[in-house]
Amino acid sequence: MRKLLRATGLGAMAVFTAGSAWANDEVNRMSQNPAEWAMPAGDYANTRYSKLKQINASNVGKLQVAWTFSTGVLRGHEGGPLIIGNTMYVHTPFPNKVYALDLANENKIIWSYEPKQDPNVIPVMCCDTVNRGLAYGDGKVFLHQADDKLVALNARNGNVEWSIANGDPSKGQTGTSAPLVVKDKVLVGTSGGEFGVQCSMTAYNIKDGKQAWKAYSEGPDDQILVDAEKTTALGKPVGKDSSLKTWEGDQWKIGGGCTWGWVAYDPSLNLVYYGSGNPSTWNPKQRPGDNKWSMTIFARNPDTGMAKWVYQMTPHDEWDYDGVNEMILTDQSIDGKARKLLTHFDRNGLGYTLDRNDGELLVAQKYDPKVNWTSGVDMNKNSPTYGRPKVVDEYSTDKQGEDHNNKGICPAALGSKDEQPAAYSPDTQLFYVPTNHVCMDYEPFKVSYTAGQPYVGATLSMYPPPGETNMGNFIAWDGKTGKIVWSNKEQFSVWSGALATAGGVVFYGTLEGYLKAVDAKTGKELYKFKTPSGIIGNVTTYEQGGKQYVAILSGVGGWAGIGLAAGLTDPTAGLGAVGGYAALSNYTALGGTLTVFSLPKE
Amino acid sequence: MDIIIRAPGQLPSIDEDNLLRVICLVTAATLLVAAGGLAFADGSGDPAAVKSEDGKYFDKAGNPTYKIGADGTVDWYTYSGYRRYHSECHVCHGPDGMGSSYAPALKDSLKTMSYGDFLSTVASGRKNVTTSQENVMPAFGDNPNVACYMDDLYIYLRARANDAVGRVRPAKHEDKSKAYTDAETSCMGH
Repeated sequence: MRKLLRATGLGAMAVFTAGSAWANDEVNRMSQNPAEWAMPAGDYANTRYSKLKQINASNVGKLQVAWTFSTGVLRGHEGGPLIIGNTMYVHTPFPNKVYALDLANENKIIWSYEPKQDPNVIPVMCCDTVNRGLAYGDGKVFLHQADDKLVALNARNGNVEWSIANGDPSKGQTGTSAPLVVKDKVLVGTSGGEFGVQCSMTAYNIKDGKQAWKAYSEGPDDQILVDAEKTTALGKPVGKDSSLKTWEGDQWKIGGGCTWGWVAYDPSLNLVYYGSGNPSTWNPKQRPGDNKWSMTIFARNPDTGMAKWVYQMTPHDEWDYDGVNEMILTDQSIDGKARKLLTHFDRNGLGYTLDRNDGELLVAQKYDPKVNWTSGVDMNKNSPTYGRPKVVDEYSTDKQGEDHNNKGICPAALGSKDEQPAAYSPDTQLFYVPTNHVCMDYEPFKVSYTAGQPYVGATLSMYPPPGETNMGNFIAWDGKTGKIVWSNKEQFSVWSGALATAGGVVFYGTLEGYLKAVDAKTGKELYKFKTPSGIIGNVTTYEQGGKQYVAILSGVGGWAGIGLAAGLTDPTAGLGAVGGYAALSNYTALGGTLTVFSLPKE
Repeated sequence: MDIIIRAPGQLPSIDEDNLLRVICLVTAATLLVAAGGLAFADGSGDPAAVKSEDGKYFDKAGNPTYKIGADGTVDWYTYSGYRRYHSECHVCHGPDGMGSSYAPALKDSLKTMSYGDFLSTVASGRKNVTTSQENVMPAFGDNPNVACYMDDLYIYLRARANDAVGRVRPAKHEDKSKAYTDAETSCMGH
């Protein structure tokens, strides 16, 4: 059994002890091998950090395109490829094709797989037909399809080994998230928060696809897999019916709380971490109560699904601030004490740092200075509102009421950051966060529920914060103090996943289509290249034949392609206003390409 | 097929048969009048409002249309259509009918699309699935949040197609009529 070093202080490397005999050893080992990229977030801690340093801050300016691959699909390309040994696995938006490429042999296609899916699932996907990536484990590649099927493919030849229906698209349930292999199970979430779906996180046996456990985000205790006495929230047991008590009547049955984001895993604590999305509908007056456990960070035992602790970030959501963004696990020192941390950049504009063992709340600070719906989270442990954000009445869509247009709320529903994942570098101890810088007018009104139909109930209008023109920033964040260290303005929201490397370089992609490299310490731009289409994918790196490569999917779409294509407008400009802010459609059109970069041949 | 004659201000109740009947009636009416050789300004003809009933305006051909006052005050339907569009349609078709990376700009579509075609497309949806694209629009005919507001949506988008309303939330609007409220309540069920 390998013993891995863990040191505190500056420049500490955060690693896990391989103490648990059942950590899917193969996958865990691969995730420690910098030449490979064995899971969607790079490693179980979701750091998106690579130890590769052939490409560094001094030479990244010379980066060149090494090879390219067209996915054969147009629409938003989220996520990134997996690299296992000499094989790269590439996935696509609907129809969710999978390609296995031979990196040692001209990047030839070893096999490809195209599922047969009913195209009627397309209109049930609220925010483009995206897919966030594949998972690998025990010789199988796992694909979470748009129709919410989870399919296990033989990694060598692409044959379907098993296929299981995780949800029902006719009820509005779809699949966009990447699965995660944990020990002998594969975990997968589900989408449908805009369709009144009662969402869950489910674990299936890798071997045969049989369901091991299913944990709903709202409902009775036995359905949400919560122990009234043992599961805690901010140190206190959640008590009986912790979810049911916060909904009116049967509303929890169409409650949302969808789990379409990223999942992290700590093998030594044996806990998986993920967040739940918005409660249905977007009209808060139609669902009184705190709506637990929507907008919640869950820490669950991956063997049984039982929750150890939970923390609801936005009780009784009034703005669609889904809590599904990535949970980044780091070991850092706070006030001289070594802590096991979980850092999460929520849609609501707050950067949270918690103790990932017991869910203690350590930091909750705005990572975009314009966030205005809250004056801050109550950090007083003795206060009855401990851990709750204080809502500013002026920006409370519930207080202002139905059929009232609530103006100037920051952030907009798409949040200060959406699913695009941040990265963490143990070398700088900084988080690198792709952010949105957009505000909104939001007007709730009554809607009716019909299975399989949108259940929204709010009118939305978005624009940059008054007086500003940039719709995004790429920032460096200190999670120990909750402070922005540097911030690079971007014309459009930054919608790609970031990558940090030991070479002292941080990569990200822009909606115009640029792959950019910046200095990890200062944020200075060191390289950029315009790829064939806007980037909403996650930057990935790997090594092949002794050379380091950086790969990125291009293909504009996702929520950015819907909200920003035509450009936002200035709400104060009045009737007949022309112009407004930059339109994404002036910079890019649909695409579907993987571009791979490396340093020039010597 | 029975043709049920309804007063113009009355919304159909959410019953598939009734909706189909209204569509047939209106399509028939539109075709009859279109043969008259009008100067077309958009897909349904000349959008100028020539008569009104309970706050709803109609063009020469009897199609619902918008009315914008000199000071920018819009009729109730245009205002309501803005709100309903940004709740139900915006998610694919982008803000202000401007389109997205994959769904068409309705402010352009209505330059050539008639009222009848608009109703049937929204009610039945659309499928454009080929080797190079997968664009599917759902059928909203059974969704009261859309079906009860078909005319509101049409009128707002018609105003956008004719540049009568810009990329803004209408600041001033006429009041909601009682007839409208009654029809809305009966259609939505609450």
